[in-house]
Amino acid sequence: MSAPVDIRLTVNGQPREGRCEPRKLLVDFIREDLGLTGTHAGCEHGVCGACTIFYNGEAARSCIMFAVQADGAELLTVEGLAESDGKLHPMQQAFHEHHALQCGFCTPGMLIAALDYLKINPTPTEDEIREAISAVLCRCTGYINIIKAVKAGAEVMRAAKS
Amino acid sequence: MSETGGLVGRSLLRREDRRLLTGAGQFIADLELPRMLHVAFVRSQLAHARIRSVDLSRAAAAPGVALALSGADLLRLLPPVPDTQLSLPSKWRSFVQHEFRNPQQPLLAHDKVRHVGEAVAVIVAEDRYRAEDGAALATVELETLPAVVDAEAALAANASIIHDELETNLLGAFSVAKGNAGFALEQAPHRLQRRFYHHRYAAMPIECRGVAALYDPRTDSVTIWSATQVVHWVRREAAAILGLPEARVRCLALDVGGGFGVKGHVYPEDLLIPFLARRLGRPVRWLEDRHEHLLCSAHSRDQLHEVEIGFDNDGRILALKDEYIVDCGAWNPIGAGVPYNTAAHLCGPYKIDHLTASCRTAATNKVPNSAYRGAGRPEAVFAMERIIDLVAAKLGLEPAEVRLRNMIRADEMPYRAGIPYRDGEPIVYDSGDYPGALQQALQAIGGVDAFRRRQGEARQRGRYLGLGIGFYVEGTGVGPFEGATVRIDPSGKVYIATGACPQGQGMETIFAQIVADAWKVSPDDVVVSLADTAAIPMGFGTVASRSTVTASAAIHRASERVREKAFTIAANVLECAPADLELRDGGVGVVGVPGAAVSLARLAQHARPGWDHARPSGVNAGLEETHYWEPPTVTWSYAAHAVIVDVDVETGHVAIDKYVIAHDCGVVVNPLLVEGQIAGGTAQGIGGILLEEIAYDADGQLLTGSLADYLVPTADDIPEMRMLHQHSPSPLNPLGVKGVGEGGAVAPPAAIANAICDALSPFGVEFNTTPITPERIRQAVRLNQPH
Repeated sequence: MSAPVDIRLTVNGQPREGRCEPRKLLVDFIREDLGLTGTHAGCEHGVCGACTIFYNGEAARSCIMFAVQADGAELLTVEGLAESDGKLHPMQQAFHEHHALQCGFCTPGMLIAALDYLKINPTPTEDEIREAISAVLCRCTGYINIIKAVKAGAEVMRAAKS
Repeated sequence: MSETGGLVGRSLLRREDRRLLTGAGQFIADLELPRMLHVAFVRSQLAHARIRSVDLSRAAAAPGVALALSGADLLRLLPPVPDTQLSLPSKWRSFVQHEFRNPQQPLLAHDKVRHVGEAVAVIVAEDRYRAEDGAALATVELETLPAVVDAEAALAANASIIHDELETNLLGAFSVAKGNAGFALEQAPHRLQRRFYHHRYAAMPIECRGVAALYDPRTDSVTIWSATQVVHWVRREAAAILGLPEARVRCLALDVGGGFGVKGHVYPEDLLIPFLARRLGRPVRWLEDRHEHLLCSAHSRDQLHEVEIGFDNDGRILALKDEYIVDCGAWNPIGAGVPYNTAAHLCGPYKIDHLTASCRTAATNKVPNSAYRGAGRPEAVFAMERIIDLVAAKLGLEPAEVRLRNMIRADEMPYRAGIPYRDGEPIVYDSGDYPGALQQALQAIGGVDAFRRRQGEARQRGRYLGLGIGFYVEGTGVGPFEGATVRIDPSGKVYIATGACPQGQGMETIFAQIVADAWKVSPDDVVVSLADTAAIPMGFGTVASRSTVTASAAIHRASERVREKAFTIAANVLECAPADLELRDGGVGVVGVPGAAVSLARLAQHARPGWDHARPSGVNAGLEETHYWEPPTVTWSYAAHAVIVDVDVETGHVAIDKYVIAHDCGVVVNPLLVEGQIAGGTAQGIGGILLEEIAYDADGQLLTGSLADYLVPTADDIPEMRMLHQHSPSPLNPLGVKGVGEGGAVAPPAAIANAICDALSPFGVEFNTTPITPERIRQAVRLNQPH
């Protein structure tokens, strides 16, 4: 163990800071030090994708990063997706309408993975969605409704932009 | 007021979703308790060994460590109490010839370790990092014993014995029969014998297990939060081992990130964590990590079947004999439930007059084997559905035709199968149209004849397509009971509590629909409490496709009694007879008199004890009833799965071209959620046959200790599924519902194995062992040139 270090970063648009041991995982820092428990740890070895967050605008697995690596970074977690008045993000709304979640444990990571892909491909086909979300494991849904939801959410997002 | 009534059968969106979508759900890992301590375990690195010594002196002295205990320490501090495990009912025991020996797992191993990963010591520290630091400083001296990793070898005469006091690795055996299978087999014109192995795989929810506990010295009581499917069972065992009245132990499950059976029984940690919290006077939590989950949470399946079938020239089955072994690992946490499920479901939808099913349960040096979605049924269905295809091949008939010739017809319902279910009641298939479901599925997949033409053309071009069928019937909604409390809240909302414990099924929504219909209120005016022993004194929990069936019946009955009382009081207030009243718009009103009504909120006030109530004399205070529904027996769901695969003989890859499910779970409460259950279960079955495998080496070392080795299907692996529904209401409960939680996972291994064998029939290949991986397909194709 070495001495705790200070970490300053921006999370969901807000400046945040914390102090932790250099060995602390980013997912644990987000959950325990920042109190944002919407980001989940499902495997702690970077496979299941439940812990996926936006790290400087790109999807990243927070269970295989150290908190110190995020010093100065900009993070977006599931708590930052809905609007401040509580209105769900179109992708959250689409997941709700298409029954794209059951236990909800993978859902935060799944939402981020989907939104990350839409940044490079706002008009994905079902096969492309399938490929994109294969980065996150869901054990409940069989993925079918997630694919439908991502397609529908993408349409709403496109319509809102145009 | 929104429209009320008629909500059962509608695809309401889930009330659970919002919190889960916004990161506001609360799972066990999200629970924060003041001054909470954290736990790590020291786990065995050997599969079978005698424990020589466990030295925790360095661990105990490590920074931040509050307590370090070995199994031997714990044995002194917390002596075991007799196992309170639920046994099968006496009725079953009197019908089925059986023997059982059930070794009781200590909370920490103290004499021997019996599988890699078994906990030998516990470290409690200020945070998980420090707890793991402490665990790394433990010194464990083990004397290696020969590892037993194969169930057949475990039962051989010279096997190393895992539970010394038993002097055998045979933990259980039973035999169930009807007719005279031996004689009928001898007389049969044709016989086939095959060996089927259904491999070890596991539920693998994305949330691992976890337990937290808080001790309150003021009242000498313990609160346990566990990511469990069975809060009342956890409370019962925790109270017993802690020597507390059940009234001083509360167990709750928060949001639970998937269960599928692996969280369906009491684990040592459920009992050890409350003990530690009481001993230390601080809250204590353990969160299982994924490596631990693979190393110590229950696995499933792992059955070896020796099957013999006798049949006539037309493919009619005359007799079936199945002798099977269940590899149950080091401990047997749920007894004979899963092994007997296999026997009870073996004949499936077919009329078989002569049957013998004999099972032996063997201890091995692996993780304990327990229920996982399907719970003994996928193994039965794999054996039965594979051998039907082999019968068809031998006679040169279509597999679908052989099935149709043997199936119970709709006009034969209810049908007595001739053996008992595990509740001890005779199996009676209550309703359904099995041939109809199969024909519906085959039609939806394009028809058998059209497929055969397509298959022939594809083969000309060197492509191997195959059609496979997997049909199952499933006893659902098993007893012994589930309860519900229904209360009219002073606000006028209808409150219900049941012992059901959800892990994503959407029960808050489903029960709100059922209650809204029963009370003619909006689902928004229904308050649902689940998975909390403080909310209802007795409960059974969510396992075995039972919660919607059993809890809905309990809600229905309790509602009837509350309604009767509400009408009595309303009649008093409105000065009419109870028979003149009806439920409407969140209240009770006089039929045909629009203005004459009293709201449920007012009725709750009128029903209160004390001054100025409006109860007629002789009517007790309160608008609340609890009913424990004891189902007469199970109700039978079923489905036909039909699949077309495209097997690449170069790479061994199996592409699923079409997947069709024709399903019947009686009256459907919420079609959207039912389809979600079927899709999720089917995905798990597809993973089971094609990808997932728990593997051990010859020394009992786990080879699949991460999700990089244990392959949970991704979105790329799961095809579109076409679902067709039949609705044969159950006559056994007030709503006519049947269970749906498990079914999806039961048929895919059989259907896909049959499809692959059909695709590769020019190679004469039979896959009777699972999983069917690309490697095994390549090997089989290499060894067999096309005929």
